[in-house]
This record gives sequence, structure tokens and C-alpha cells, in this order.
Amino acid sequence: MSEAHLSYQSQAVAKPYFMAAIGLFIGQVIFGLIMGMQYVVGDFLFPEIPFNVARMVHTNLLIVWLLFGFMGAAYFLVPEEAERELHSPKLALALFWIFLIAGALTVVGYLSVPYATLAKITGNDLLPTMGREFLEQPTITKVGIVIVALGFIYNVGMTVLSGRKTVINVVLMTGLVGLAVMFLFSFYNPENLVLDKFFWWWVVHLWVEGVWELILGAILAFVLIKTTGVDREVIDKWLYVIIAAALITGIIGTGHHYFWIGTPNYWLWLGSVFSALEPIPFFMMTIFAFNMVNKRRKQHPNKVAVLWAMGTGVMAFLGAGVWGFMHTLAPVNYYTHGTQITAAHGHMAFYGAYAMIVMTIISYAMPKLRGIGNAMSNRAQVVEMWSFWLMTVAMVFITLFLTAAGILQVWLQRYQENAMPFMAAQDQVAIFYWMREVAGGVFMLGLILYVVSFFVKGNGQEAAQPAYG
Amino acid sequence: MSEIFTKTMARNIYLGGSVFFVLVFLGLTLDTTRRMPKQDNRHNLTEQVALGKKVWEENNCIGCHTLLGEGAYYAPELGNVYKRFGGSKEAIKGFIKSRPVEGIPGRRSMPQFNLTEEELDAIAEFLKYSSEIDTNNWPPNING
Ligand code: HEM
Ligand code: HEM
Ligand SMILES: [Fe+2]
Repeated sequence: MSEAHLSYQSQAVAKPYFMAAIGLFIGQVIFGLIMGMQYVVGDFLFPEIPFNVARMVHTNLLIVWLLFGFMGAAYFLVPEEAERELHSPKLALALFWIFLIAGALTVVGYLSVPYATLAKITGNDLLPTMGREFLEQPTITKVGIVIVALGFIYNVGMTVLSGRKTVINVVLMTGLVGLAVMFLFSFYNPENLVLDKFFWWWVVHLWVEGVWELILGAILAFVLIKTTGVDREVIDKWLYVIIAAALITGIIGTGHHYFWIGTPNYWLWLGSVFSALEPIPFFMMTIFAFNMVNKRRKQHPNKVAVLWAMGTGVMAFLGAGVWGFMHTLAPVNYYTHGTQITAAHGHMAFYGAYAMIVMTIISYAMPKLRGIGNAMSNRAQVVEMWSFWLMTVAMVFITLFLTAAGILQVWLQRYQENAMPFMAAQDQVAIFYWMREVAGGVFMLGLILYVVSFFVKGNGQEAAQPAYG
Repeated sequence: MSEIFTKTMARNIYLGGSVFFVLVFLGLTLDTTRRMPKQDNRHNLTEQVALGKKVWEENNCIGCHTLLGEGAYYAPELGNVYKRFGGSKEAIKGFIKSRPVEGIPGRRSMPQFNLTEEELDAIAEFLKYSSEIDTNNWPPNING
């Protein structure tokens, strides 16, 4: 049935990955809303779900659903680029279940027992890796992640190696291998806090401002080739320039996290200078997306996928580039470090770059995976476009409200003459947290609409179109 | 992009640029780890501090607080809490011990972790050690 619209049957394994991604995304946002409430009604769900537990669930689900999205993207686009079937669809399916079950068990663990108990029963004593931001998973879960990553890379790697080696495939592969390699640093947890923090950023920063940009660039390039029909040579060249700029600025740019953690002060200017250049690759992605769409040789029926692709370009630049630059120079970061400004940037950057690129590839691939055709019906696309705008505009407002809260926080707590204690300053800016929560509600609405769009039936015209592109 | 700037050139910039900066970064890492002893307060890194770090991690304190500005933004910075509490480990222990199980109505509340006396001593010692790391003068003031 559905395979009729796929170039290679084995691409079908991408579908469960995408469905899991969307499901976990919903979970992520629900816990975001819980925390948003706890910001203003401090004892909301206390002590059943303390803030730290909700936060782990929120951020870990984010990372896991993005990983599901990246893996789904790879299973979908690698065979098509390589012009051959996936090395082993069975392995891909087995790894899917392992990853999903391991992820679910971990979240259940977070929610059902105190974290200290979870640490005990999962043997954190043997190899302590838990209790660090974003890396809260029990050590055995981390081992599971590595196993899944190895199997995945083997599977995709064999496909790439024995097929047509396009630039997109090679760049994507490099990014995925980099992702797995950098994750290994999550097992390094020295007793020395400064050393711990130094290498913690090798996972976090070198992911989002390093190897993940390769993945982002490759997926974007793939969708743009498919939807615009622009010459591959042109797209490849753009991709190389973008990832060159990403790594040239982003690697030393890690230094913007080495200002205040007990590291030598030469990082103050090294980190400032290089990270100030980090917006360049994101700006190029924006230009890239718009340029290719302007030069398009065909009108692809999947308009909403093109919208997601252009949206990724713009929002990644705003969230990572503009909001990143805002606090990346050491003299500014001295005041904004670890405030709501950081949270504002974290939200827009993660959404604009990585959530949106996953939505882009899902939007492009899903109609094919579901056997509908090259695009959903017009009605379904209109609903999905509504969800695009609701989520994206809501995220812009979440970011603006957190930025306002952050600027006030800096002023009240760190800058003014009679600076006040943390909690006193928090009370002063509560109004912005309320507004953030309202915007979060709109985001949830958009997400619900997104799910609804999958069930909207059309008149079937688009579905009848011949398969191309 | 024009014909003069070819795909091969773009690829070479990518490969050359990334290899070059990976090497520079590794060099800087080596240099940083060599200079670190001057700043990272390792001469005070006792067994007890190490245990304190483990208590810190196994109760996920970072899930609400920042430590040297990294973590969550729901509760106060703790890198300098030792100083904020007047250099008193007892004050830190007392605060942690006295958190009500059901929280404080309507307020952001810290859980009751039921730490042992040994763990309390260790976490206080860990926070003291953290406050003595040379952080290039951060945070700007005592509020963190
Ligand atoms: C898509 C790419 C990016 C993502 C997903 C991202 C995400 C994040 C997140 C989640 C944090 C908070 C980390 C923590 O919890 O401690 C953070 C911190 C930071 N980011 Fe980004 N970021 C991106 C790109 C950038 C860029 C391009 C810049 C600079 C131009 C930048 C500058 C910073 C700075 C300076 C901090 C530290 C904030 C502080 O001192 O508290 N980021 N980023
Ligand atoms: C309804 C929408 C959402 C709400 C109300 C919400 C709320 C929150 C809250 C309260 C925090 C903790 C901040 C703190 O540590 O004090 C947080 C953290 C975070 N959220 Fe969300 N969130 C939402 C949606 C999202 C989405 C859609 C994404 C990404 C696609 C996201 C990514 C993150 C990240 C990366 C962090 C860690 C930030 C950092 O360490 O700086 N959130 N969120
Ligand atoms: Fe960074």
C-alpha cells in the first residue's frame, strides 16, 4: 500500500520514528506548561511533581524526540540519496522499540521514585554520570543510547558506503557520527567541578553549535532539492559553505561557556570573538532557504513543507543567531549568565533550529510514508499551516516575555545599586511569567492542531497526482 | 554563488577549516587543563567534597538551581551561597534540613531530601569548595 509512493520500500521504517517524535513532543510541552505554572504558583503539583522532575522530563523528552526525528530523517533520506535500500530495515525497527522503551522507562523512573532512589537502583555508584543538566538519564540509559546510536550508525553507514555518495549523505553521516562521539563525554564525570563543567559543554555546545548544524544543513538541503528542483551542484556548494562557517566559528565558540566556571581568562576574548561569528552560518541558512525557493524550477504540491523549511531558516537565525549574539559577549554575559535571558534564547534556538527542521522533514516525508502522495490534501495543508503559525508566533512571544523578565531580573538582582535577592526579584517579574504561560497555552493549541492536520481528509485531488519530486 | 567559487573550493574550506580549528581547540584544551590548578581550588578537593558533589548530583539540585550560572533558573545561584550565608556551613545544613515536606503554600518550595548528617556535611563542604573557585569575578554581586 503505502510503499507505492516511496522510492525505496525500506524508507517506510522512518514512519514509526516520526510518530514517536510527535508523541514525545506533546509530552514535552505538557511538562513545559506544568513548569510554567510552577513559576507563578510555586506549590503547583508539589510535592508530587517537583520542578526539577518536570524539568528533566521536559528537556530529556525534547532531546529524545529530536533524536527520533533525526533518525527518522536519516532512514528516509539516506536510501533515497544513496539510491539503494536501507542496509537492514529489521535492525532499524528493533532499535526503534529499544529506544522507545528505554526512553519510556526512564521517564517513568523520573516520575515515580525520588531521583536519589533512581540513582541507587540504577547503580549510579558504579559509574556516576547522573544529576547534570540534560544528562540526568541513569547510566544504563546512557549505555542504551550508545548502543542504539552504534546500531543506527552501522545501519545507515553501510547504506551510505555501498550506495551513491552524495554530499548530503556524507554531511549527514558526519553529523550523526559526531553526535554519537560527543555524547561519549557524558560518561566523563570527574570529581573536579571545573573539569566536569568544561567537558560537559563538549556534549551540549558541540552538539547544538557544532555537529547538529551538519544534520540541520543536510536535512534542509535535501528538502530544498526535492521541493524546488534547484540544481544539486548549487545546493551542495551552499551546504559546504554553511557547515564550514558553522565549525570554523562554533568549535572555538565553545569558549562563550568558559567565562565564569574557573577556566583561564583568555577564554573571555576567544569565546566572545568566535561565538560572535556563530550567527553567520545561521544567517546563511536563511538566505539559502529563501534563495532556493526563489529560484525554484517547479511548484511542489507540498507547500507546507516549503513553509516549514523557510520557517526553519528564519527562526533558527532569530533564536540562535540574534538571541545568541545578544548575550554572548563576555561583558554582557557577565550580567545575563544563568538568567531568564538564557532560557529565552534556549527556547527559540531549540525550537527554531531543531524542532522546526524535524517538522520540515516530517511534513515532507509523511504524505509519502502514509501512501497519500507527494502532499496532503489542501485542507490538511491549511490546517498544518495554521499550526505552523500558532506554534511559531507563540514561541516568539514566549521568547519576548522571557527576555523582558530576564532584562528586569538582571537589573533588579545584579545591576542596580540596591540589588535585591533572587526570590524578591522573581516576585517582581511574575507578570511576565504569567504571560509566558498564556503564550505556552497557545503553543499547545498549535501543537494539537498539528496533530489534527494528520487526520483532515481532503477531496483526494492531490493524492491522485502522479508521483514526482 | 558564481563559477569562480567552485564546489571543490567550498569543500576544501570546510575540511581544512574544521580540521584546523579542531586542532586549535585541542591545543587550547590542553593548555586550559594545565592552567586549571591555579583557579579550580583543587587543593581543597577532599573526599568529603567529592561525596558532596555526588549528593548534589544524586538529588538533582541542578534541576532548580544554577551552580556557577549553569543549571535551572527557578531557584537561587548556589556557587556563592556559602558566602551569602555568611560563610556558615551550619546555616546551609539548617536550611536544607528544615524544608517542609508539603512545601510552603503558594510559594516555590524546595523538597525535603531527608539527607543524613554525613551527606549534609558533605554538601555544605562541596558548596564551600565551589564558592572558592576563581570564576573571573562572577557573579557580579552576592545575590548571585
Ligand atoms: C541552534 C543553535 C543553538 C541552540 C539550540 C542553543 C541552545 C542553548 C541552550 C539550551 C543554552 C542554555 C544551556 C544551559 O542550560 O546552561 C544556551 C546557552 C547559551 N547560548 Fe546557545 N544555542 C544555540 C546557538 C547559539 C549561538 C549561535 C550563540 C551565539 C551567537 C549562542 C550563545 C549562547 C550563550 C552565550 C549561552 C550561555 C548563556 C548563559 O551564560 O547563561 N547560542 N544555548
Ligand atoms: C508551552 C510551552 C513551553 C513552556 C511553558 C516551557 C517552559 C519551560 C520552563 C519553565 C523551563 C525551565 C526554565 C528554568 O530552568 O527555570 C524550560 C526549559 C527548557 N525548555 Fe521549555 N517550555 C515550553 C516549550 C518548549 C519548547 C517547544 C522547546 C523546544 C523546542 C523547549 C525547550 C526548552 C529548553 C531547551 C529548556 C532548557 C533551557 C535552559 O537550560 O536554558 N521548551 N521550559
Ligand atoms: Fe554555546
